[in-house]
Amino acid sequence: MMVPNMHLLVIEAPEIASKVKAGQFVIVRANDEGERIPLSIAEWDREQGTITTIFMEVGASTGTLACLEKGDTVATCVGPLGNATEIAHYGTVICIGGCYGIGSIYPVARELKAAGNRVITVLEARSSYLIYWAKKFVPLSEKIFNITRDGSLGMKGHINRLTEIIHSLPKPPDRIIVNGCTYLMAHTSEATRDLGITTVVNLNPIMIDGTGMCGVCRVTVGGQMKFACVDGPEFNGHEVDWKEFLSRRKAYMSEETLFSRRSEPKTETHKEGKCQA
Amino acid sequence: MNEEKNPEKQSRIDLNRRDMPKQSPEMRSHNFNEVALGYTEELAFGEASRCLQCKKPRCVTGCPVEIDIPGFISCVVRKDFSAGIKKLKEKNCLPAVCGRVCPQESQCESQCILKNKGAEVAIGRVERFLADWEAKSGEVDVPPKAKPTGKKVAIVGSGPAGITVAGDLVLLGHEVTIFEALHKAGGVLTYGIPEFRLPKAIVAREVEYVKSLGVKVVTDFVVGKTRSIDELLEAFDAIFIGTGAGLPWFMDIPGENLNGVYSANEYLTRMNLMQGYRFPHSATPIKRHKKFAVVGGGNVAMDSARTALRMGADESRIIYRRSHAELPARLEESENAEDEGVIFSMLTLPVKYIGDENGWLKEIECIKMELGEPDASGRRKPVEMPNSNFRIEMDAVVCAIGNSPNPLVPSTTPGLETTRHGTLVADEQTGKTTRSRIWAGGDIVTGAATVILAMGAGRKAARAIHEYLTTGKE
Repeated sequence: MMVPNMHLLVIEAPEIASKVKAGQFVIVRANDEGERIPLSIAEWDREQGTITTIFMEVGASTGTLACLEKGDTVATCVGPLGNATEIAHYGTVICIGGCYGIGSIYPVARELKAAGNRVITVLEARSSYLIYWAKKFVPLSEKIFNITRDGSLGMKGHINRLTEIIHSLPKPPDRIIVNGCTYLMAHTSEATRDLGITTVVNLNPIMIDGTGMCGVCRVTVGGQMKFACVDGPEFNGHEVDWKEFLSRRKAYMSEETLFSRRSEPKTETHKEGKCQA
Repeated sequence: MNEEKNPEKQSRIDLNRRDMPKQSPEMRSHNFNEVALGYTEELAFGEASRCLQCKKPRCVTGCPVEIDIPGFISCVVRKDFSAGIKKLKEKNCLPAVCGRVCPQESQCESQCILKNKGAEVAIGRVERFLADWEAKSGEVDVPPKAKPTGKKVAIVGSGPAGITVAGDLVLLGHEVTIFEALHKAGGVLTYGIPEFRLPKAIVAREVEYVKSLGVKVVTDFVVGKTRSIDELLEAFDAIFIGTGAGLPWFMDIPGENLNGVYSANEYLTRMNLMQGYRFPHSATPIKRHKKFAVVGGGNVAMDSARTALRMGADESRIIYRRSHAELPARLEESENAEDEGVIFSMLTLPVKYIGDENGWLKEIECIKMELGEPDASGRRKPVEMPNSNFRIEMDAVVCAIGNSPNPLVPSTTPGLETTRHGTLVADEQTGKTTRSRIWAGGDIVTGAATVILAMGAGRKAARAIHEYLTTGKE
């Protein structure tokens, strides 16, 4: 666990590590009874042959993954799937990360910087203690903005404060790329629509095979049916039907809550009542 | 001489086509066990004895892989089952599968001379009996393997075509590796066809068999993503592409992205590959919908509708735009479905899905159809009847109107030509594609078809690949 409820998983997968590009994902199955779930790739080491994913524990499958110990194996790890992020010299790009997306936006920011862009990073979380990897963004970013719901770090509020950030810049950014929860991506897209700034989102719908076979990840983009696994996962955020996307993502919410959280904090927690020390 | 007129044979013609024992509809619609239980030895003998052993057997011409049908049947009559299975396997390396899912009624059995009397020999059932006998006896005959040639072949996809090519080439001494995108081998046999029609243990057995011959099976490997075809060509001498038809079609009508609207691939994959029917024991969730509809009339549609019943649906309904006579499903499957309580709404076409406030399917708006003039397929074309729209309440609908080939491999392999249907261009006799050292077969070439055709294509490609590996001629 890196920060409460957010887990980092390093998987030895040399074939995937040798091919992966920013913006791609893997499908992971924790064990033989496990569900296949897509996880964005946040980091990789081609020499060590490892990939790193960061995920939030929300239900059965992520719970099982969260309980893995160092040296354990996963039943399936397949990829790299989806299309890579389009990297080019755009000028100024704002990279927004929230939740697991702080991890997956990191290689995007790195590639953009390498391609000669000015990168401005925006990290969003409920509170300061939920922000991770902040230091990794320092050498890449011209500027880093933090937004926390409780105001414990940076600006107080949520992503609707993005417009203030944009207006504080000498000139509007040429592109915005956002990775994270549906609300973050949808609200970012809403905020930038009228400003006419290209906004790229990395969608994370329910998937099974991840190769275009089942169609469960279908999403309406610009009035057309697209499969996020093979046509995406990145799309123009202004064209995504967010209401439909959110409702499809929540399709199995009641099944997910059949399970309670199964991992426990690894560090000693404060016990209520008497202090033992 | 016409066999039928032969007085001697006439006298012993037995028109009692032996029925296959089945689980009762009441029982089987509540479990996932196999519906058809298979012939006993006595039934198999009785059925085999009805074969007239025609000198010019027409059944063989009806078989896409030309199995010596009278040959294996006569072995059953002699009760030499071991010889029978050997005979079968000369041409068909997946008899336990084909004996279950081959459309025999439109292939071998349709050509049987006894069909004129309405009692064609149940060739498929005898085939299945032999395959099951072999499995039970535990004496799986492993044919002799040729000396290693040092040549390496990569096979993309572990469905019926890929398994066939792998089995044939490994016996010829080549080193064979199968790459499978999913976590279990078998292709459509594993993710698509339900347990009650093709037990997964049988598919696993076939996969284990080719593995026992020395074939390496690499799962969780997406060719086109994990490695491209061109990268594989660096490590392998030849490649066979058998990636099937896995891209689901939708109807392009309003409301198709509502929750509760599934492609047949999704619904069946959740159930079969992911074992959703065991949820929450297995972690992949599946809804237990009460009012369930399936659009389409093929075997996949029947599989979906029957699966829904087993998951406890109060109503499972097939919605098909033509009439009963045009159902593309095997008669046996549509009858099984009907016996189990699947309702058939024929000459009906969905035009719109209507959702509730939470984005879940609530109703289907349909229109009535009538049959007009025959279309290109030779079937009478369904025509909409104006102002016949009506709505039915539904919790879920499965779209089972077909699949096209998955573009993942063609789109990542320069120079591999495709047709306008997205299928690969390949020589009919050899499976040779437009690229050097690459062959293809099965649904990726023909579009969605049958297991036996995929197997037949695999056989031919294996022969051509062997020819290339030994002579260098493509």
